[in-house]
Amino acid sequence: MSPASARGSTSTLAALGCGLLFGAGLLLSGMTSPARVLGFLDITGQITGQWDPSLAFVMGGALAVAAPLFALARRRGAALNGRPLADPASRLPDARLLAGAALFGLGWGLAGLCPGPALVDLALRPWPALVFTGPMLAGLLLSRRD
Amino acid sequence: MSLALAGHLPNLAGGALIGLAAGALRLTSGHIAGISGIARLALRGPERGWRLAFLAGLILAGLIPAGPAASLTAGLAETPLPTLAGAGLLVGLGTGLGNGCTSGHGICGLARLSRRSLVAVAVFMATAMLTVLIRHHTAGIWQ
Repeated sequence: MSPASARGSTSTLAALGCGLLFGAGLLLSGMTSPARVLGFLDITGQITGQWDPSLAFVMGGALAVAAPLFALARRRGAALNGRPLADPASRLPDARLLAGAALFGLGWGLAGLCPGPALVDLALRPWPALVFTGPMLAGLLLSRRD
Repeated sequence: MSLALAGHLPNLAGGALIGLAAGALRLTSGHIAGISGIARLALRGPERGWRLAFLAGLILAGLIPAGPAASLTAGLAETPLPTLAGAGLLVGLGTGLGNGCTSGHGICGLARLSRRSLVAVAVFMATAMLTVLIRHHTAGIWQ
């Protein structure tokens, strides 16, 4: 591959490494277990003393590391491979965003699984994880026409 | 307090690895490590190669011998299959419509101080907690 075409393309190996690191973090964090996620989402646990705050620590740890790295990327103005930073819409929240987030919350609260942990679980418990991720991928494709 | 904190070191360390992965992808390639968006565009979209590689890494991480599968996935095998399928469809539709999930909005969006992501996180957290609360109090009907 010539340097010109290498510049701006995302290295497959780097992406594989980032995915592996992300998955390892999910595994270590405990979030691959629906029971633990539901233990966090169950706010009645705050009254009974059974509440599992794990997910708050996971989010805190993730943001503490991600925020400075994102700020560094923003200050550079571009990625190390020369690409511009992907900058999703900064418009005001709209009905589509609210409806989507509400549907996602409903599904997350029913099964205790969100997309990342569900994919990691494919390697650990293929059958039940596939029963979740199959319809999830179908839903992702059905949600948009592009 | 220090004892409670010590008990949550794996959660913190796991979170830090997730943040490192998201930050590394942003810094090296400019991309947002949002799993739902990566999965959608890996199936149908431009630049499928790096997205498929990222997802492969994510799934392969499940093979790291971090402990017994039964405890790493506690609760998964006990969930009724129709619940898993229905919840999966809702998660796919919702994250597609809302343009992100726990990673895209919850980590990357908050890390880049996006107002839309802050609203999305508040809505899906509240909806998920309400869903668990309602099921908790109507357990006799559901099970």
